[in-house]
Parts: sequence; structure tokens; C-alpha cells
Amino acid sequence: MQFPFLSIITFTPMIVGVLLLLIPEDRKTETRVAALAGAALCLGMSLFVYFSYNVGQGGYQFVEKFDWIPRFGISYHVGVDGISNPMVLLTGIVIFTGVLISWGIDDRPREFFAFLFILATGVFGVFVSLDLFQLFFFYEIAVFPMYLLIAIWGWKVTREYAAMKLTLFLFIGSVVSLVGALAMYVTVGRATGVYTFDMLKMAEAQAAGVFNFNLNVPLLGSRPFEWVWFPFVFFGFAVLGGIYPFHNWSPDGHVAAPTAVSMFHAGVLMKLGAFAALRVGIMLLPEGARAHLPWIVVLTVINVVYGAFIAMRQTDLKYMIGYSSVSHMGLVSMAFATMNYTGYVGGAMQMFAHGVMTAMLFATVGMVYDRAHTRQMPELGGMARKMPFVLLGFTIASLSSMGMPGFAGFMAELPIFMGLWRAGTNTADFIAPYYAWIAVISALAIVITAAYLLIAIQRVFFGEISEEHDHHVGDVTVLDKVAITVLSITIVAVGLFPILMGPMVSSGVIAVLRIFGGA
Amino acid sequence: MNLVDFQSAHLLVLAPEFLLVILAAVVMGLDVSLPESRRRQLGLVAAVGMFAAMALALIFSIPNGDNALLFGGMIRNDLLSFVFRMIFMFAGAITSLISMDVEGLGRRGEYYALLIASVIGMNFMAASADLVMLYLALETTSIGLYVLAGFLRDNDKSAEAGLKYFLFGAFTATVMLYGFSLLFGYTGQTNLYAIAAAIQNGSVPPFITVVASVLIIVGVGFKVAIVPFHFWTPDVYEGAPTPVTAFLSVASKSAGFAVLLRVFVAGFQGMALRMPGASWLPMLMAISAVTMTLGNLLALKQNNIKRMLAYSSIAHAGYALMGVVAFSQEGVAAALFYLIGYVVTNLAAFAVVILFARVSGSDEIADYAGLSRRSPPLALAMLVAFLSLGGMPPLAGFINKFFVFAAAMRSDLTWLVVVGVLNSIVGLYYYLIVLKWVWVKPAPEGASPIPVSRPYVFALSLLCFAIIFVGVVAAPWLDWAAQAAASLF
Repeated sequence: MQFPFLSIITFTPMIVGVLLLLIPEDRKTETRVAALAGAALCLGMSLFVYFSYNVGQGGYQFVEKFDWIPRFGISYHVGVDGISNPMVLLTGIVIFTGVLISWGIDDRPREFFAFLFILATGVFGVFVSLDLFQLFFFYEIAVFPMYLLIAIWGWKVTREYAAMKLTLFLFIGSVVSLVGALAMYVTVGRATGVYTFDMLKMAEAQAAGVFNFNLNVPLLGSRPFEWVWFPFVFFGFAVLGGIYPFHNWSPDGHVAAPTAVSMFHAGVLMKLGAFAALRVGIMLLPEGARAHLPWIVVLTVINVVYGAFIAMRQTDLKYMIGYSSVSHMGLVSMAFATMNYTGYVGGAMQMFAHGVMTAMLFATVGMVYDRAHTRQMPELGGMARKMPFVLLGFTIASLSSMGMPGFAGFMAELPIFMGLWRAGTNTADFIAPYYAWIAVISALAIVITAAYLLIAIQRVFFGEISEEHDHHVGDVTVLDKVAITVLSITIVAVGLFPILMGPMVSSGVIAVLRIFGGA
Repeated sequence: MNLVDFQSAHLLVLAPEFLLVILAAVVMGLDVSLPESRRRQLGLVAAVGMFAAMALALIFSIPNGDNALLFGGMIRNDLLSFVFRMIFMFAGAITSLISMDVEGLGRRGEYYALLIASVIGMNFMAASADLVMLYLALETTSIGLYVLAGFLRDNDKSAEAGLKYFLFGAFTATVMLYGFSLLFGYTGQTNLYAIAAAIQNGSVPPFITVVASVLIIVGVGFKVAIVPFHFWTPDVYEGAPTPVTAFLSVASKSAGFAVLLRVFVAGFQGMALRMPGASWLPMLMAISAVTMTLGNLLALKQNNIKRMLAYSSIAHAGYALMGVVAFSQEGVAAALFYLIGYVVTNLAAFAVVILFARVSGSDEIADYAGLSRRSPPLALAMLVAFLSLGGMPPLAGFINKFFVFAAAMRSDLTWLVVVGVLNSIVGLYYYLIVLKWVWVKPAPEGASPIPVSRPYVFALSLLCFAIIFVGVVAAPWLDWAAQAAASLF
């Protein structure tokens, strides 16, 4: 047996979190250092796993499998493929930079970091899960610390409302998926005689045609099994991915959350939803996906365009980025709805690219807010003189967000639109002739994105600084600069050297598309 | 049926119960002989005694798997009763520990003696295979609990709780007894397994089995607190001394489930198999759905934490019932496993409530504001307990619910699973509201830390550890529950 890298990555945050709770309350510096050490360990390990993944070989690697609850066919089964591996790295990066940025939290930092780390364990766990039960287990672990993190350390005005709204939305989503997942479990068990939550075995059973039968649905009559359950599973998870019309919790949550939590939330957690929708919804119920995704495309277009327009209307910086996240996550769901290679590569890249860039945006906005005590763009101005480094970070993230060549976002967004344009060729659905138009309409969102981000840069960082801000706003700390540097390097590196990520993602995508048959 | 003649070795099966009888006497004796200042140790004696009884059970009384009917068919020596007996003794031990510092209870020998007597009654409720024995055990349990609920007789609410509990209990027990008499009248048997055989081969008219099952549900439903026999729950839970409430909510409820499983899943098994549409199964399915929905919805409105936990306990009875109505080995295993998780979780929740009420004198949820600053460890325990009640991993509540849902799904009860998951959302909401008060709201001016004495530290640590342990290392417990379930089918 090889060294259990993935388990260590997954459980390090949990263990660190529990150990943090044992540190005496007044030892705040020690708490922070311990948290940083834990985060650095996670980042280091995920970097190692990322670069030692054998792209040529593809498939699931670093696999570990033990029986967990054999009576119900539940195992502890982890592994990464070309799609989840970048996500693990992303989580490592965001937890590391998140700890750096939260250094200044003075109200109960011990509990703050402990909850943040428990959250991180949930996130890592979902990305590496190859067992459906285990996936839900970690998924829920990733949901509930959000409530406390937002409600305790969030923005006083809306935190209780936003935290409860977010938690309930995500919990509703997850239980809806759970029903679908149990339906798959029971069906596979009945047909094969082996009740198992192992996703690889479930996929095998699906390929063998276990799901090819019809169910009687009240009002709708006889419908194929996958047709019935796909929407449950897909939308249940996609709630966390911010899909329209279930995106509403997300901007509220982003705004109310403290900076590091916003970073985690928008940067990683929303990917969790998209990723689980892909892993469980699309990969285990491909026929259902084929039937439903054409109309889901329409929802994602609304997601992308409407999200961008709403972002444009915001004067609160954080709300703007929150809606921008909704818009960009719409691109991910849209990519999954293309059902072709180009689109999926774009979608997988976008999950990573958006994660890093939105973490940066929230981080920089948090830095501005901490010092200027306002996020209203009309009240801000001239911050470039006070915190040039923040301007640099915000600009890099913005350029990536609007899909400029040379940044990570370009490598992600361009293929999505290309894939969408071509998606018409592999479906006979009513929507087939319109894909090119849909691609054009959604590409408009990029223009809008460019507009609101550039306006934001202009309003916040240039122009006249108010007298009050001129007096008390200072530059950011070294730790903040380190965080910005780490995120900037990641964005630019992936943008300039797509070879760092492209082939890996490609190997993962090919495996997904094989489920759809050929392609 | 596997009726075995008496052998002296059979007495070993009841070794824990014998020890409990001695323990009750010892506690009473110590109550008289110890000076007032040292009577706090009585709780410790009771707790250690019950843990010792558990150990004794583990050494001598693990059933050998032949499911023999002992003592003339009064007792069935199977794993189901064993698991339940362990649950009751554990709950009794923890209840003794968390009673120690409660004014009016902690230093009273008769309180512990009654508690132990109730545990003995429950043990026999779980083990009995004969209607006479069952009724006797039920009354032994109940009479002790009536007194316990009204133990603080100078407190109006406690007295009211005791009386209310007694009136409801006596009435429903009588109704149940009528059901028993019907079964006896038509079969001429009091042994449950003989009755089961009679029902199985169709010698009891279907109408009579239906009537008998309805009558018995009244009695059992009262113990378990399922709708529509739940009316006593909030008032009694609120009025009874909190440790007694804790004990009622876990042990008494589990005892009800023990009877439910024994009488319905084993006794009326033939009925469910012969006429699935008209048996007790659809009735309990409907009750399960209504119970969890009503429990959760009413819990939303509560301002008093004991009342909220009362309604929450009704809702949890509904979830556990899902496992029973799945009517399969997996289902019964899931229900049993649910009870194991629920017992440790709810005891932890009540332990915090007891500690908090000692200092603040209040059970209002709003008064928990700022607990996380007053006593971080206590707030953490509360977090663990309430998130487990809400069904969050890696705690017991998540895995409990998951298996109940999975078992119901395997029995094609998709609609019930949907009702269940919707309910768990409502449940999470009100548990989070409590956590919001504890963690988010600021503490009132001049709030002092809450002192936690050593027995409570031990009990709470044990319970929190158990919540996480059951939630993560589920396999051994589930195997245990599954083997116990197998002894019914």
C-alpha cells in the first residue's frame, strides 16, 4: 500500500481544527501560527499530489479503499482524477491564503480557525470521494461550519439572516440529492444483488444498463429512471453551484461572510456543488443528463447574463463580486451542459480559474473594507495610492475574470463558448439549432463583466480619495501581500503555461465523456 | 417457539437485573446511614452500580443466539433485548451522574432508587415475551416514572407533570391491556410467540387482530410519544425535573420502541405478511409521517428549551418509526441504531440544559445568549449535541438518519423518505436557532461562567465522544443492531 496522501490532506485540517480548540483562549498568536502551519501542510501536500499525478496514465490515482460500513456497502474510498486534482490544489491554495488574510481576526480566533478548518476537511473530502455515502458525509461537514462562521464573524447587518438562508438552501439541496442517491443505491442493489455506495461500481452498473427501466410518476406517467432522478441529484447539488433560480442565497452569503469565509465560499464551496453535480448527477446518470441538459442550458444562460447585469447594478463592492460569482459559476454549469470535450475542458478549467480569481477578488475587497470601513463604491476612491499592492491583485483577478489572454480565465472561458457553439451538433433536441446564438448571448456577459470590473477599479482605486480615508487608511500587511502574491502567481502561471493544467484536465474529461459514449 | 425448561444457569441471564435490585437497596440504605453532607455521593454509587451492571451483562448475559424462551416463556433471551437493556442501563447511569448537583434530587436516595426501579422495569419490558410479563414490566417502569416526574412536589409544574403523566399513562395502559385481553381471548395464550404463531396460521379473525393492534398502539404510542398520543409530552417534559425529562426522553421512549418491535414486528408479523394493506403497517407509516411533521412544526414555535426538546423528541420518534415500518431487517437495525445515537445525543443536550438551569434558573432559549463566551466548553458540547440532533456529520444524528432513510427507500417508501428529508430541514432550522443564541448573541451584562463539576465533565465528555464515535465508527454498532434485528425475523 502506498502512502495515504489524500487521507492526510483531508484529515489534517480536521485534526488541526480540534487541536486549535485545545489551545488556551488567550494565546491568540500561537493559535494563528498553528493554523498557518496546518494550512501550509495542506497546501504542500496538495501541491505534491498535483504534480505527481501521472497524466499519461490518467484515471483515479492515489486511491485508498477500506471497508467502512460493509453491511450497507459503504467504503472509505478516495482518489483523484484529472478533474478533482486541480480542485484539491485550489482548496489548498485558498485555505492557505485564507489563513494569511484572517490574521487580523481578534474575536475568538481559536474558534474561527477551528471551524474554518473543519470546513476545509469537508471540502477536501468531497473532492476526493469515490463513495457516494462518503461524499454526502463530507458535503454536510462542509455546510454547517459556514453557518457559524458567517453568523458569528460576519457583517453585523445581515449575518444572521444570510447565514440561516445559506445553510437552509444548501441543506435542502443536499437532502434532495440524497433522495436521488438513495434511489440509485437501491436500484443498483436490487439489480446486481450487491448494495453498494461505491461510485465506480455504480457507474459500472449504470453502464451495464441497470437503470434502463421506466418508473411510474404521478401526473407524468411512465418515464425512464434516469429521467426522473437526474433533476433531483443535479439540482440538489447545483444549488451550491449557484444555478439559477436557486442562486439567491449566494450573494447574501458572500456579503455577510468574513473575508476568508467569502474566499472559501465563492472560491471553493461553490465548486463543490458544481463538482458533485458532475460527479454524481452527470457521471452516474448520463442518460438523464442527456435528456435534461438541453433545457438546463437555458437556465445557465440566464445565470451568466442576468448575474452579470445584476453585478453591474451594484454599488456595494462585495455584492458586485457575489453576483459576478453567480455569473461565472453559471459558465461552469453551462460548460457541463455542452456535453462535449471542449466545453468540459473549459468547465473544469473554469472551476479552478474562477476559484483562484474570486478568492483574490474577495480578499482584496476585504482588505479595502477593513481599512476604509465601507464597501460602497461611491464613497471610495484613490486607494491605489494607499495600497498599490491590492490594486495589483484586484487588477490581475479582474483581467482573468474578463477572460484576458495570458490569465487563467482565458484558458477557461474561451473553450466554454467554443464548446457551446458546437454543442448543437451532438444533440437532436429542439434547442439544437440555437446553440450558436446562445453562445453569442452568453459571451455578451464577458463584455458586461469587463465593464463592471473596470468601473470598479476606476472608482475604488483611482480618482479622489476622501479626506477621511486619506488620514486613516494605511497599506496592507506583509501577510496580505504574500496572499496576493500566491494567488497572482497561480492565475498568471495557469494563464501563461496552460500545460500545467490542460493535459491533466483533459485526461479527466475524456474519461467523463467516455460515459456519454465516444466523443 | 423455543421453550426451555428452567436451569439455574438461566439466572445468569438476569444477573444485571439482580445487581440493580441490590443496588436500589444499597442506595436506600446509604441514604439513611450517610450524613447529609456526603449524600451527593449517592448519585455516584447509582451510576457506578449501573455501569457495573452493564459490565456484568457484557460478561455473563450476552445471548448465545438460540433465542430461547426462559422462565416458562416469560423472557426471551435474544440480542434485541440485550441491546435495549444496555441502552436503559447506560441512560440510567448517565441520568444519575447528571442528577447529582440538582437541587431537590441529587441528595435523595429514594430518587435514585426509583430511577433504578424504572430501569429494571424497562429491562424486563425489552426482554419479556409474554403479555403478562410485559404488562407487569410496563407498570413497574411507569409507576416509578410517575413519581419521578412529580418528584419536586413543592413545585407546581412538577406536581402537574406527575399527575398528568400518571393520568395519561394509566389510561393508555388500560386501553393496551384491553388489546392484550382480546388476543388472549381469541388464542388462549399469553405468550407473544404463541400468539404470533396463531396469527400466522390464521386462527385469529383478521378483524380482531386489527382491533387489538390499534389498542396496543395506544399504550405503546404513549410511551414512545407519537402523534396522536403525544399530548402529555411537552407539559410533562417541561414540568418534570430536568434529569427525569432526559431519562424519559431517551430511556422511556426506547422502552416503548422495544415493546413496539416485540409486539408488532415479531408478534403481529404474520398479520403484516398476510394482509399488508390492512395491517398495522400502513397505520404506523401514517403515524410516522404525521409524528415527525407535527413534532417539528410545533417545535419551531417554542421558547422554552425543554418544550422544544419535547417536540423534537416527538419528531425523532417519527424518524425512528420509519425504520420500523420499513419492516425489514435493515429497517429494524436502522431504528435500533437510531435509538442508540439518539440516546447519547439527547442526554448530552439535556446535560447542558441541567447545568445551565442550575446557574441561571431558566429554561428559556433566549437566556442562552452568549453561552459561548460564558462557558466555551459547554457551548461546544451544545454544538455537538444539537448538530447531531439536526443530523449533521460526523455526528451520530447524520448516520442515524441516513440509515433510516436508506432502509425506508429499500422498502419502496419513497414518499416517506421525502417527508423525512423535508422534516430534517425544518429540524435543522430550530436547532440552529438555539445555536444562534448560544454562539452569536452577546451575553447579558455580568453573566458569570457556568461551573461544571466533575461528574458532569465526565458525563458530557463521554457523551460527546460517543456522539462522534457512533457517527464515525458506525460499523460495529450497526452490526450489533442488525444481529439484534435478525432475532425478530
